[in-house]
Amino acid sequence: MSARFTPEMKQTHTILVPDMLPVHFQLLISILKKYGYHCELLRTASRAVVDEGLKNVHNDTCYPALLVIGQFMEALKSGRYHPDRTALLITQTGGGCRASNYIHLLRKALEQQFPQVPVISLNFSGLEKDPKSGFQLTAPIFLKFLYAVLYGDLLMSVSNQCRPYELEKGRTDKLLDRWQHRLETAFQTGEYLKTKKLYRAILDDFAKIERAKRNKIRVGIVGEIYVKYSPLANNHLEDFLLSEGCEPVIPSLLEFVMYCAVSTNVDGKLYGYHNKKTIINGIGYKAIYAMQKQQIKAVREHGVFDPPHDFEELRRLADRYISQGVSMGEGWLITAEMAALAESGTENIICTQPFGCLPNHIVAKGMMRVIKNAYPNANITAIDYDPGATKVNQENRVKLMLANARKPESFRL
Amino acid sequence: MTNQPVYSLGIDVGSTTVKTVVLDEHDAILFHRYQRHLSRVRETVAEQLVELQTRFGDAVFSVCITGSAGLGLAQSADISFVQEVHAAFLAVKHDYPDADAVIELGGEDAKIMFLTGGTEQRMNGSCAGGTGAFVDQMASLLGVTADELDALSLKAEKRYPIASRCGVFAKSDIQPLLNQGARKEDIAASIFQAVVDQTVSGLAQGRTIEGKVLFLGGPLSFLQGLRQAFVRTLALDAENAVFPEKAPVFVAYGCAMYAKQSGQNMTLAETLKKIQNAVSATAAVTSEPLFASRADYEEFVARHKQHDLPFGDIRTVTGNAYLGIDAGSTTTKMVLISEDGRLLYSHYAANLGQPLDRVVKHLKTIYERKHPDLHICASAVTGYGEDLIRAGLGIDYGIVETVAHFKAASYFCPDVDFIMDIGGQDIKCFKIRNHSIDSIMLNEACSSGCGSFIQSFAQALGYEIGAFSQLGLFAKHPVDLGSRCTVFMNSSVKQAQKEGATVEDISAGLSASIIKNAVYKVIRAKSVDELGKNIVVQGGTFLNDAVLRSFEMELGRPVIRPAVSGLMGAFGAALYAKEHIPAQSTLISAEKLADFSNTSTGAKCNGCTAHCALNIVKFSDGSRYISGNRCEKGAGQKSANSIPSLYDYKYQSILQCVPKAPAAPIGTVGLPLALSFYEQMPFWAKLFTELGFRVVISGESDRNMYYRGQHTIPSDTVCYPAKLAHGHIEDLLDQNVDFVFWPCMSYNVDEGSNDNHYNCPVVAYYPELLRANNARLTPKNFITPYMDLNYPKGVAKALKRSLKGYALKANLNLALNAAYATQKQYQEAVVAQGQEIIRQARAEGRKIIVLAGRPYHIDKEINHGIHKLITGLGMAVVTEDAVAPLATVDEKLGVLNQWTYHARMYRAAHYVAAQPDIQLVQLVSFGCGIDAVTSDEIRSILERKGKLYTQLKIDEINNLGAARIRLRSLVAAMEE
Repeated sequence: MSARFTPEMKQTHTILVPDMLPVHFQLLISILKKYGYHCELLRTASRAVVDEGLKNVHNDTCYPALLVIGQFMEALKSGRYHPDRTALLITQTGGGCRASNYIHLLRKALEQQFPQVPVISLNFSGLEKDPKSGFQLTAPIFLKFLYAVLYGDLLMSVSNQCRPYELEKGRTDKLLDRWQHRLETAFQTGEYLKTKKLYRAILDDFAKIERAKRNKIRVGIVGEIYVKYSPLANNHLEDFLLSEGCEPVIPSLLEFVMYCAVSTNVDGKLYGYHNKKTIINGIGYKAIYAMQKQQIKAVREHGVFDPPHDFEELRRLADRYISQGVSMGEGWLITAEMAALAESGTENIICTQPFGCLPNHIVAKGMMRVIKNAYPNANITAIDYDPGATKVNQENRVKLMLANARKPESFRL
Repeated sequence: MTNQPVYSLGIDVGSTTVKTVVLDEHDAILFHRYQRHLSRVRETVAEQLVELQTRFGDAVFSVCITGSAGLGLAQSADISFVQEVHAAFLAVKHDYPDADAVIELGGEDAKIMFLTGGTEQRMNGSCAGGTGAFVDQMASLLGVTADELDALSLKAEKRYPIASRCGVFAKSDIQPLLNQGARKEDIAASIFQAVVDQTVSGLAQGRTIEGKVLFLGGPLSFLQGLRQAFVRTLALDAENAVFPEKAPVFVAYGCAMYAKQSGQNMTLAETLKKIQNAVSATAAVTSEPLFASRADYEEFVARHKQHDLPFGDIRTVTGNAYLGIDAGSTTTKMVLISEDGRLLYSHYAANLGQPLDRVVKHLKTIYERKHPDLHICASAVTGYGEDLIRAGLGIDYGIVETVAHFKAASYFCPDVDFIMDIGGQDIKCFKIRNHSIDSIMLNEACSSGCGSFIQSFAQALGYEIGAFSQLGLFAKHPVDLGSRCTVFMNSSVKQAQKEGATVEDISAGLSASIIKNAVYKVIRAKSVDELGKNIVVQGGTFLNDAVLRSFEMELGRPVIRPAVSGLMGAFGAALYAKEHIPAQSTLISAEKLADFSNTSTGAKCNGCTAHCALNIVKFSDGSRYISGNRCEKGAGQKSANSIPSLYDYKYQSILQCVPKAPAAPIGTVGLPLALSFYEQMPFWAKLFTELGFRVVISGESDRNMYYRGQHTIPSDTVCYPAKLAHGHIEDLLDQNVDFVFWPCMSYNVDEGSNDNHYNCPVVAYYPELLRANNARLTPKNFITPYMDLNYPKGVAKALKRSLKGYALKANLNLALNAAYATQKQYQEAVVAQGQEIIRQARAEGRKIIVLAGRPYHIDKEINHGIHKLITGLGMAVVTEDAVAPLATVDEKLGVLNQWTYHARMYRAAHYVAAQPDIQLVQLVSFGCGIDAVTSDEIRSILERKGKLYTQLKIDEINNLGAARIRLRSLVAAMEE
């Protein structure tokens, strides 16, 4: 049996958190800090991470599991953290995808070498409920997390829209950094609740960055959540696109949160059952949607930046191609995001996934034909990531897509 | 502009070749060159530029680079670059404006462009064969050049199915064919057909290739057989199959056109200077040198010298002698040992696809040389060619490779607890516990770490294998190449070269990658201690000092490598023969051997619907040897007292579960014989019949069923059971059903004692994918409601909604009740039948195997008749679902137990753990990501209770070689 995170450990242990989305996750751990958890984001990206992953996880397991577990093992072995005073936190979505098993794979990897290291599951679906655990995801924390996702998304979105055009190199990232700190403080003081004011301030600040005309090729990135966001997993895809003179367009994390929130309700309708869970999720979903609407409204009224996709709109788009019953992995959301990007003029899309990703056979590669039928100019390329795939091979594919994107209409493939 | 250059220059740097084209202002080709670069990319480009200089002097060119290996060069040399598909596109538009599609095969890339009806372009995925490198690799496997392979293919009489997705797969299809004596001509044609199939399924992915098709790239210009295979498969006439004369340099041609518009203007001298000064932008990841000094190397050599066999002179030694033969996949090994264990004769060489001829030749030599008083009193053979050689030459014993290797290893190290054998094409590792083979790990599916892999690389780089490996010993910065399949490795090497790694560094890197592959992919060891204390390594690949050293470095301690490392299988066979001396050896005599000859022919077995492709080898004495058969029927023998298999029972039950159609059916529903229907067919067949429909199920799967749906498969890495579903849909549509019914189900039936009861994503939602990729499907003829069978009310509602166009003849709820009852009956019958088989087997004293898979594994095209292989070994077969309900589970699982089909396997493992005479064998479909989770858990359930764990990975390949080794080793271990 693996170690439990006891309440006492809050005082003694550092909780290591894998880094998927730098902006968002930094906010999340600053929130946890307020509740007495000392967390640290793992930013290691050396070859040793992949090697540890290969050693400790079944090699046919998906790449994100391999990287996350590899990152943990590398950290524990590095001597930077004392195994007796370290705990690990990993997210668990609880769907029919393999990802729900990452935590178990991690525990197996720890079993022999670091049995004393407790693993905490961060999930919103009631998995691994343990009243004795020192880590409790209480309602206030959960609510703050939601806000962190909202702020993180806004920062990510506006900086992505500024960075390719900034006249003074590095300006956007400097500002991003400042806001990162400002928001961390806002979560300590309670100011974070004043969304209207803060949204406005963020938008104003970023709008002040001097920028060139927005005329670069926009490239949307969709796909499996970890590979889509994590530079470690996607070989710094965003940076590569920037260096190729493109503007990366990355859908927000909130979309995934809402996708998860709505799925219980959708299942209830499809399969004909109603219970406490479907009702609570229904209410929860509506509340989150209202929060998204508020943010979209703020961006729209401000008028400088493109707002995120409206989630109800995403659902309507999905219905044209695939049922919302497809709820494993990122499910129908990937199809909907591809359609929404094409619909909003971002016709060049990279769909990322770990090699052999099961749900993406259906929702990504399986849906490209119908998306292309609906948007003849859609230029979609699927890229698989795994420890053996080389950057050169991946970049060549992206280049092919870009060659196609750069040509005037008459020259298009 | 005044100084607009007259000429434009396109340089296409591919994975294996450099092509240059010079155009004048009218786009006429003035110069073109096609040359293999043997990884000397910059040098080759420079050579061609120098050649151009002699002709064009210091004229100004507009220059551009393209190609998969050109990107890095262009960046570091600061010369403009165009993506290669795009370059090809420009040239096509210019020369063939009416083309509909373009297929381009290169060294390591395969590309397809659709130009009309929704333009699109695709490149091969990161896991892909079907390229020039694949053809080269296969040619070297046959011991011929690519051109000879081509010539052979033109004389083919038949074609065998060969997987082309990756070289390793194809090899494991081809090797048995070779070893069984199939004609090289037929194999050559089959290889080309595999390339075509790969292009059609892997690249076109759901789009039909039709109209005027242009074929480009080296392989398609040089290989007639390949051209013919494409033309035939795509049913193109002469007018629509276009093979441009300049096909080999077509991309360079397009690149030159692009250069004209957007290239850089400069003289050849300037270009040359840029190329020569190009420095790589990033450095390759490197690791420690293998040896710090000469002295280290010498110490290493001396240490391994200790494990040597004494030699004896075959001309002078008398008394008893024992013959051991290892007919491996690519090499044949033979030894003759004396009573006191001296080595009298040995042979180790590539079999060049003729294992039997090799053995005959060397046996003749033994007979000629040996002292008249030296008597070969026993002989044994092991390896892929075991059956053929045993049948042809009257060898006394055939033993499984694992047993042979264990025998040999114990001879050098009686306490051996871990053996690792890396041969030409296989990695075999096994742990020894209590002096018997405990667990076996083989390389399967995609993998790189074998001898022939490093050999192909040596050849590709223009070296002889021995010299190539020596190079690595003193490399200063061995490249870290990772540990994946050959195709990946190719691009890793490419990248390393781009980054300036030397051949020495690459050689050392390849040796290390073989080891990493074995350790992390095959053994999957977490720590060195797990492997045991006494490790013996063997196999031809370990004769390579660089590989051996890499292994010791990875382990951090020395291992034992016998000097006869490459002969261990044969040596073990000889030792086995020595321990089992028969009264009279049946080994062919010198006289008979002198007249020995054999011929082989192909045939199709008509014993059952599987129609195995048989290979019949006739020997000069009139006897024959038949291979390719999965059961004893094909071997021309009557099945003696057939051993029961629950696979047959389940399969027949599903095929026959459709009730008699109602008198006046209200419509015809088609149910595909695929995925979840392999379990729920009784339910749906009953339900629809009750409702008044005529129920039609799709035909039985076979290779052809797969081909029928191949053009609608969008993801080439999905599992084979899912790929087959595409054919079943076509089959039902061809049968003119009113509609095909296939529900989407996130959840399977909740069978209790689990965390959840999902279907896997593929089983759950495959209808969505089918609808999106098969243009024949419409909302009317493809009904796919979402439902959860655990909620009958919801099921009724969903059915009512989706069948509202039909006047149902029965009350939906009543019909559903009947359907649920039928399903229950079926599943209970499976359990009862399972118990009956177990009872009967026990009465007959047979061992029993639970062949644990998923319901669709009863499909004979999916399981390739593995259950018959097991009954052929004298054991009875039951299924996971037959024993799962009988298990008592008294421990918590180490995983989230959330898939119904997989939960059964955990329970079946618990059941088996409590039975003394039952073992479990897990069937895993390649690409089933979920089994990466389940297989480790099932192994640990079994091993905790001292049971053996055996896993068989299956795909579209129907080579049962690896499965045989595992199963026979399992039998050997059970007998210990």
